[in-house]
Amino acid sequence: MTVLGDLSDVEIDRALSEDNLTIRVGPYFYRLQTSLDAVKAGIKTLYSDYPLVEEQGFSDFHVAIRPPNRLHQWRRRVDFYIDNDRPFNRIEYRHAFAFLEWGMNWCVAQFANEYLKLHSAVVEKNGKAIILPGLPGAGKSTLCAALSLSGWRVLSDEYALIPLGSSNVVPICRPISLKNESIDIIKSFSPGVVLGPLSEETHKGTVVHMKGDLAEGSHDCRPVPVKFMIFPEYKKGAELSLEPRTKAECFMFAALHAFNYSLLGIEGFRTMSACMDAVDCFGLSYSSLDEAIEVFDQLALSEDSAL
Amino acid sequence: MKCLLIELLIAPETVKEITLKEWDDIIPQARITALLATLYLRFKDSGVLDSIPVKPLAHLKSAWVVHNKQKESLEYEVRWLLGAFSDVDEPLIILKGAAYLLASLPGSRGRLISDIDLLVREENLDKVERELNKFGWLSGDQGGYDERYYRKWMHEIPPLGHSERESTLDVHHTILPPTTNSELDPNKLFSSLVEVRKDIFVLSPMDMVIHSAAHLFHEGEFKHGLRDLWDLDRLLRYFGNSEPEFWNKLLPRARELNLSESLFYALRYSTHFFETPLPVSIVAATDNLKPRKLYIQMMDFFFTRAFLPDHPSCRRNYYELTAFCLYIRSHYLRMPMYLLLPHLVRKAWMGWFGRSSEDGKNIVGQDGDRV
Repeated sequence: MTVLGDLSDVEIDRALSEDNLTIRVGPYFYRLQTSLDAVKAGIKTLYSDYPLVEEQGFSDFHVAIRPPNRLHQWRRRVDFYIDNDRPFNRIEYRHAFAFLEWGMNWCVAQFANEYLKLHSAVVEKNGKAIILPGLPGAGKSTLCAALSLSGWRVLSDEYALIPLGSSNVVPICRPISLKNESIDIIKSFSPGVVLGPLSEETHKGTVVHMKGDLAEGSHDCRPVPVKFMIFPEYKKGAELSLEPRTKAECFMFAALHAFNYSLLGIEGFRTMSACMDAVDCFGLSYSSLDEAIEVFDQLALSEDSAL
Repeated sequence: MKCLLIELLIAPETVKEITLKEWDDIIPQARITALLATLYLRFKDSGVLDSIPVKPLAHLKSAWVVHNKQKESLEYEVRWLLGAFSDVDEPLIILKGAAYLLASLPGSRGRLISDIDLLVREENLDKVERELNKFGWLSGDQGGYDERYYRKWMHEIPPLGHSERESTLDVHHTILPPTTNSELDPNKLFSSLVEVRKDIFVLSPMDMVIHSAAHLFHEGEFKHGLRDLWDLDRLLRYFGNSEPEFWNKLLPRARELNLSESLFYALRYSTHFFETPLPVSIVAATDNLKPRKLYIQMMDFFFTRAFLPDHPSCRRNYYELTAFCLYIRSHYLRMPMYLLLPHLVRKAWMGWFGRSSEDGKNIVGQDGDRV
């Protein structure tokens, strides 16, 4: 398997300029095009281990970041394109890489309904997938990043892709988005962490993406059975606690925050049910990442449903 | 350059010869024009889904899932609308895509809608808007200029979005802006409504076609133009066979509504792109409607380009120029010059230098904070 990093920088730059670069991200093929050096640099840093799709056949999403014309090139503003269409407002150059990441997530969030898509991070160890749903700000991305730096495989930091009728997750490992204070937390957690370009003063604050495919087999996209659903909550100074939650409560929360639960109708309900039947649910309060990770490691070692 | 999307819409059974590389153009073409679900059902109805490779099929099917949900949601929204309209002395009249779906027209299979268009008598507009407000449909925070523009110069109030659900209503009081250089008496439309379900009305078959045509050929943006032209093709085929006297009455009705020119273009380009079968008598009759030679050559130049999906695989030369000219044309049609120039200057200025709506903010607006 050829990965992006097998190409030279010159080859990557040329392919990106010429709309001739396709990478596989989980089950999806993305064709990437950009004229911006900062975006090219970000891609080289964060996607070096992503499989290249060498045959120029069908790509799921054709995405591009570029100024629409010379005026905006001069004004240093760019658009996100999918299929030559611009679904979003124009953005400043300095946010371009974050914009690409959001746009790539948006493609799946918007167009893919062959899976039930829960809004959650998903991690895996010992063949057990753990779904981490959470409201923005609950710290799921930070925890997901720390887990990825502690021997866990990231199956997604944004959505759990559950094939309809199953209780499995299809991995779609993408760079992990870190915001504001999480950035320093993760930097001090692991000084060697690989980060992409920093985007300051976005509508989400300061944003940076972290290389997320650190584990062996990160780009294997075979489905992984889901065993746990954990609702993480970072609380400053809190004692570590892992409290069981009822499945009914967790079902409702996850369904409410899913991208396409109601869209899928009865299929969505059946898939959600199959998934909930397969998991044990917990709420996790923590103030120390190390302690939280220890809990995850124990869960990964546990026999099925032994807790 | 041939456009595979159009060929497949006309002859879905030819999908068997499509290569993966060709799918790489077809899916984007259909996605841009909002025709993915339509295409899916064309294949399904022709029994050729088996010939489609897994990846493109997933995209087609995903859009079909959206279409199904939209159909269900429409039924639900219409129940609320009936509630809102029960207290005003005004029939609930649905236009365009939502009307095709509610009337279960065969051409609505796979039709995606982004809002529900309603037609309300001008004198009842305020009353209806207040009633819709009570039911949760509110006009969003439009910029002051846009809101004034809508209310004063266009034929509608600003779109009303529901405060809890996702539905958006477009409330019109006539089918073309009142500033349009066309004398259209909206009361003529109200006299021949069709009740598709209890208390739910749509325009009569002829008016539906004429309205669809008038709307399309006064448009300034053709992103979904091919989809709208497909609607017309399907309406013409269906009503042409199912409605007695449809073809005989269509042109006179268009004349009565002062919309002959729009209908002429609809017939011309629907036939050009989708091979819509027209009776010989109609072909002869429309010949009289034909504008001057130079003018029609110019229109052909524009519309044979504008209806193609805005995608490199089927773009013809001078596409940008065409888009620009049709944008100006649409404004020219709906506004007198003394309104048009300041409006265009202002719009251009906001587009080039405006900051207010920039910074990629609607990347959030589309999906909450989930992206």
